[in-house]
Amino acid sequence: MKRRDSLKALSLTGFGLAVGPTEAAVPAPPDVKPLKIPGGRQKFEAERDAKLMAEKFFTPHELQTVTVLSDIIIPADERSGSASQAGVPAFIEFMMKDQPRNQTPMRGGIRWLDNTCTKRYGKQFVQCTKAQQIDMVEQIAYPALAKPDMTQGASFFTLMRNLTASGFFTSQIGIKDLGYVGNTPNQWNGVPDDVLKQYGLAYEERELNPGK
Amino acid sequence: MDPFQIQKPPTQFDVAIVGSGAGGGMAAYTLAKAGAKVVLLEAGGYYDPADPKYITQLKWPWESPRRGAGTTRAFGDFDAAWGGWDIEGEPYTTAKGTEFHWFRSRMLGGRTNHWGRISLRFGPDDFRRKSMTGVGQDWPIGYDDLKPFYDRVDRLIGVFGSVENFPNEPDGIFLPAPKPRLHELMIRKGARSIGIPVIPSRLSMLTKPINDERGSCFYCAQCGRGCQAYADFSSSSVLVKPAMKTGNVTLINGAMVREVITDPATGLCTGVSYVDTQTLQEVTIKAKSVVLAASAGETARLLLNSKSSRFPTGLANSSGVVGKYINDSTGASRSAFVPALMDRKRYNEDGVGGMHVFTPWWLDNKKLDFPRGYHIEYWGGMGMPAYGFGWGVEALNGMIAARDGSKKPGGGYGAGLKDDYRRFYGAYVGMAGRGEPVPLESNYCEIDPNVVDKYGIPVLRFNYKWSDYEVKQAKHMQDTFEEIIHSMGGIALGEKPGADNSYGLEAPGKIIHEVGTSRMGNDPKTSALNKFQQAHDVKNLFVVDAAAFPSQGDKNVTWTILASSMRTSEYLIDQVKKKNI
Repeated sequence: MKRRDSLKALSLTGFGLAVGPTEAAVPAPPDVKPLKIPGGRQKFEAERDAKLMAEKFFTPHELQTVTVLSDIIIPADERSGSASQAGVPAFIEFMMKDQPRNQTPMRGGIRWLDNTCTKRYGKQFVQCTKAQQIDMVEQIAYPALAKPDMTQGASFFTLMRNLTASGFFTSQIGIKDLGYVGNTPNQWNGVPDDVLKQYGLAYEERELNPGK
Repeated sequence: MDPFQIQKPPTQFDVAIVGSGAGGGMAAYTLAKAGAKVVLLEAGGYYDPADPKYITQLKWPWESPRRGAGTTRAFGDFDAAWGGWDIEGEPYTTAKGTEFHWFRSRMLGGRTNHWGRISLRFGPDDFRRKSMTGVGQDWPIGYDDLKPFYDRVDRLIGVFGSVENFPNEPDGIFLPAPKPRLHELMIRKGARSIGIPVIPSRLSMLTKPINDERGSCFYCAQCGRGCQAYADFSSSSVLVKPAMKTGNVTLINGAMVREVITDPATGLCTGVSYVDTQTLQEVTIKAKSVVLAASAGETARLLLNSKSSRFPTGLANSSGVVGKYINDSTGASRSAFVPALMDRKRYNEDGVGGMHVFTPWWLDNKKLDFPRGYHIEYWGGMGMPAYGFGWGVEALNGMIAARDGSKKPGGGYGAGLKDDYRRFYGAYVGMAGRGEPVPLESNYCEIDPNVVDKYGIPVLRFNYKWSDYEVKQAKHMQDTFEEIIHSMGGIALGEKPGADNSYGLEAPGKIIHEVGTSRMGNDPKTSALNKFQQAHDVKNLFVVDAAAFPSQGDKNVTWTILASSMRTSEYLIDQVKKKNI
């Protein structure tokens, strides 16, 4: 270091100056492309979403574990596809970044699962056979029945179940499966007659003939 | 550019209105229609629910990466409210041992953009609770003073409902009410069987068109997202827009009003000073009268921050009551699962954005151990799934037999679990009490001596604790909810809230109905405003939001804000004509 440079460094640090020359202390803002704000979003939300989308939370191993678990929780059946086909792992990845309070329970839960599988089957969860995976899941899928050494796993599985259900039934596949037919302009003219009959209910006279 | 340079637009306006929510929108509308030159100052941005830039209505959950979760908006990604209980750079504080949550919407129309549109008139008793019970405060006006204005608000804005002749629940001029949904019919049948009334709700949504500017409801259940057909009431769509069409309104967005300016010689308002939220410049606006409608909290803050040698304790505050008696609605809720609703036939039952039926307060407090009532709101049905769907199934599905009659423990996985979600869809109901608290002098907001917001404006510090009155009311709510749930064959979910958590009584501010911080009254020693919501101390200063209300009834206050703002605005016009101000 040249003497002049070292003096400069001294002057900024050794003498306890909190702030150096303004042009140095406040770097010019990075040259960022203007963000297109999607309809219905505020600017700060669009910026935040873009930032989160660009980040990665899960390692490939973690994402694989989440994918296998979500498909065990919601498999494909005759009516609709599986959780992973509905994009649930990507949704969970986003939620980890969006609500970081779930990061430790999720990451730690996956570790717990791998540790426990290694003890029981000598392999991490995703390397286990299907039968071993189901055997493991059976230990943690029913919180009220979980044995004392399985309770942390049950908490993790509950988190996974909840995230999987939320992700699946808010996807296009899941909403079709559920049979939700709203979110479209229409007229509400009351409960269909056959449904009223099924439940033994009826509208009042003034509801059937308003204005009378 | 010198950020501290003060700009002075040359114009002097007839009236400066601070805030564009229900009170400010109605004042702008009424005054501009009468020919007054109005400047309308809104701290937040411009908003029009019909502009694709702002539309969230009819979007699907998958159009949000968080599926509508409330990470950046308290009521979810698609909710119309910009802001919330926490806004970056705009803090507030609470005194030790007390709690208050302050919801603010920074946008044209304020909190009317996402509210529940529950549009109830106060009844005659709501204006005289102190006379009836010995606690609280009477209003300086009664139902008869407001009735003509309620009638005009009904016609101008539109509200559906039914004529009931129910005690202390005055009927209005109603559009047809939508028929109850299936779960609402079940609630009604059950509740009535145990003597609890359930009547059509009264919401400001157009089940029939009322003019050429606004469309009618198309039943998407999403009023909280803002309506592109303008078929529900929000101040921005229904009042501010037509007010601006008169050519008499100058709307300034991004105007965070800091202070009401007064002439030290006359003691009258001369205008307001605001911080431009984009440029951070200070701007002064001149006006012959000032109308505050910034919300109960912001109006008190503005008055308390408008100190001068003539008004050392803040403006309109010689009584010292500004900030005191702040009170929010009480709230407590319970949800339930209704086995009879499992495996429902699917059809579109979105309906309007909210409940089609509700329970008005039906009991006599003289026979109860708490002095004020509450109404009950209901929800349920086959709504659009959103973040949180299916959450907590492990607490429920162990109680319900599968299609083949077999039972399994709660939780699970696989095809059986997937089927449970389908079977349970649309089989939940919920109910919430919204009650009247007793306004107390010991509940107040004040200027925090140490904290400013990002604009340099001193912030509010809240001191708020529920009293035994509200806790006992919440206990009664919880007992009632269980009775209603059982009457309809439902299974109440979760533990019944008990004394250890004040019976599920929500923290103050959570119901977003705060009122009372610059109350009106006939005695200038105990009130800030007279019965026309004109400051006792400053005759050209008016308050048209719920800060003026001595109490809030067991109703939602918006309809009363609208009626009283119209009344005060017409009084202002009359006083100007009579050359009194």
